[in-house]
Amino acid sequence: MLHLTNSQRETIWGYLFIAPQTIGFILLIVLPLITIFVFSTEERNLLTGVVVPVGFENFRTIFQEDILFRKVLLNTLTLTLGLVPLNIGLALFLASLLSQKLRGITIFRVLFFSPVVTSAVAWAIVWRFMLQGEQGTVNQVLQLIGVEGPNWLRRPEWAMLSVIVTLVIKNVGLNTIILLSALTNLPSEYREAAHVDGATRWQVFRKITLPLLAPTLLFVTVITVIGSLKVFDHIMLMTAGGPSNSTMVLVYYIYYQAFQFFETGYASALAVILFVIALVLTLGQWLLRGRAYDD
Amino acid sequence: MTSMAMELAAVDSRRRRTRLEARIKKAASYMLLILLAVPFVFPFWWMVSSAFKQPSEIFTFPPTLLPSSFSLQNFIDVFNYQPFAQQYLNSLVIASLVTVGTLLISSLAGYGFARIKFPGKTVFFLMLLSALMLPSEVTIIPNFFFMKSLNLTNTHVPLVILPIFGAQGVIGTFMIRQFFLSLPREIEEAALLDGASRWGLFWHIALPIARPVLGGLSILSFLYSWNLFLEPLVFIDDVNMYTLPLALRNYNDVYGAPLWHLQLAATTLAVVPVLIVYVIGQRQIIDSFASSGVKG
Repeated sequence: MLHLTNSQRETIWGYLFIAPQTIGFILLIVLPLITIFVFSTEERNLLTGVVVPVGFENFRTIFQEDILFRKVLLNTLTLTLGLVPLNIGLALFLASLLSQKLRGITIFRVLFFSPVVTSAVAWAIVWRFMLQGEQGTVNQVLQLIGVEGPNWLRRPEWAMLSVIVTLVIKNVGLNTIILLSALTNLPSEYREAAHVDGATRWQVFRKITLPLLAPTLLFVTVITVIGSLKVFDHIMLMTAGGPSNSTMVLVYYIYYQAFQFFETGYASALAVILFVIALVLTLGQWLLRGRAYDD
Repeated sequence: MTSMAMELAAVDSRRRRTRLEARIKKAASYMLLILLAVPFVFPFWWMVSSAFKQPSEIFTFPPTLLPSSFSLQNFIDVFNYQPFAQQYLNSLVIASLVTVGTLLISSLAGYGFARIKFPGKTVFFLMLLSALMLPSEVTIIPNFFFMKSLNLTNTHVPLVILPIFGAQGVIGTFMIRQFFLSLPREIEEAALLDGASRWGLFWHIALPIARPVLGGLSILSFLYSWNLFLEPLVFIDDVNMYTLPLALRNYNDVYGAPLWHLQLAATTLAVVPVLIVYVIGQRQIIDSFASSGVKG
């Protein structure tokens, strides 16, 4: 290394430092991503091992014949559109409650965040237990006040809502603390000035706090939308896509086709669609954020 | 009374009223917080209390908040039903390996991206970041064939290396890069002038300074692995190789209906230690979750 210049030496060190991660990343993320496009043009049975190239046949089937796929897309959209506003709205509300200077407020912060560190499997198991028909805890409590609850996870009209609510309670703590830290870092002068000028609490919130929070809200919305596309554990454990496919979302459908039906070629075509959706959403949020990136 | 005195009395009563108002507001806030906390806390309470109940008591109406007699039988049966101790150990070992691996790989890369100048740096970094939007369901099918061709399905190898090199590892690299970017270079530069090599600089100076962020990252990596579900589900068949999330859902009768007293007891055993650690280190744990997200 003696006759290398300093900057050449730096370059070599740089590559050495990032090499382990980059090589692993290429092997386990980039190559599989490319492979998925190849697989998507094949009929590829996991059990028999038979592989037949079929061109775009999988995509044709998905878009023209697979009636379930339409339902899957609709379910995925329902999940996202139900989950995101509920999650963000509740997170905002909790964050503003938690930003008050009250004795013991930390305890509530710890409580609201505790489902976030809990495994999704454990959380889904307990909620499935509580959401059972007649014997479920939720319905027993409802019965005490004279309401007869449905069999939440076995009724097509209730199952998705039940999963969404369970997910919101599980994950809202993360968005809450992100918004909370943004709230506590807001400059307080504007709000105080508005108070002095006689603005109501709600006016201050609408006209001052909310606009100041906008960048954080956008960020939180983006991670929640992308997160809602990845919901798998809760579906698998609470409803397994049912009843009558009412909670069959895209990621679960991919798993179902690949590892229950062994149609990995078809599942790969579905995975390509999932990839495109995630890509479009990510590019969309970049455009929205404009040049917010500072490097 | 003079008008002066009346005015003073009015001011006094107004002040008292605002104080009363503040107190009511405060009480209302507490009430609201307690009410809202119920769905967050009750599931844990219910899981633990049901786990101590006799199977017959679990579904009695009206529900009993505490078991009528604390029974440890469910917790014993959890271990008799399947190799739960082995599965617990599997999860511990895998999560520890993921943690160590992530710390090592991510701190190398994060330091490299923050401190060393080399061509193509931005391209490589953006390529890594793109993994954050990629659901692991997209790549799991090729990875399954890849691992199978290496005879690594039904081993713990994929469960260790996928988190290290996937999105979780990228978050780690990102966190460490951010940490070093916000740290003044002077200390390191002084050592560089003293003739330390890049490696020496990294190992002896940078890493010790980065201890707080490494602590946060180890919590995140450990929990990520501990809670991972899809990957074990796809890669592992053998009950002896199961991790906890797979084991928890395995307590079923012959018809596939859950044996609730066992599922809840096993879930309690898996969740409560995490919650205890969480309550002890809540500040740092919540902060590290927040910092992994906030600037992503």
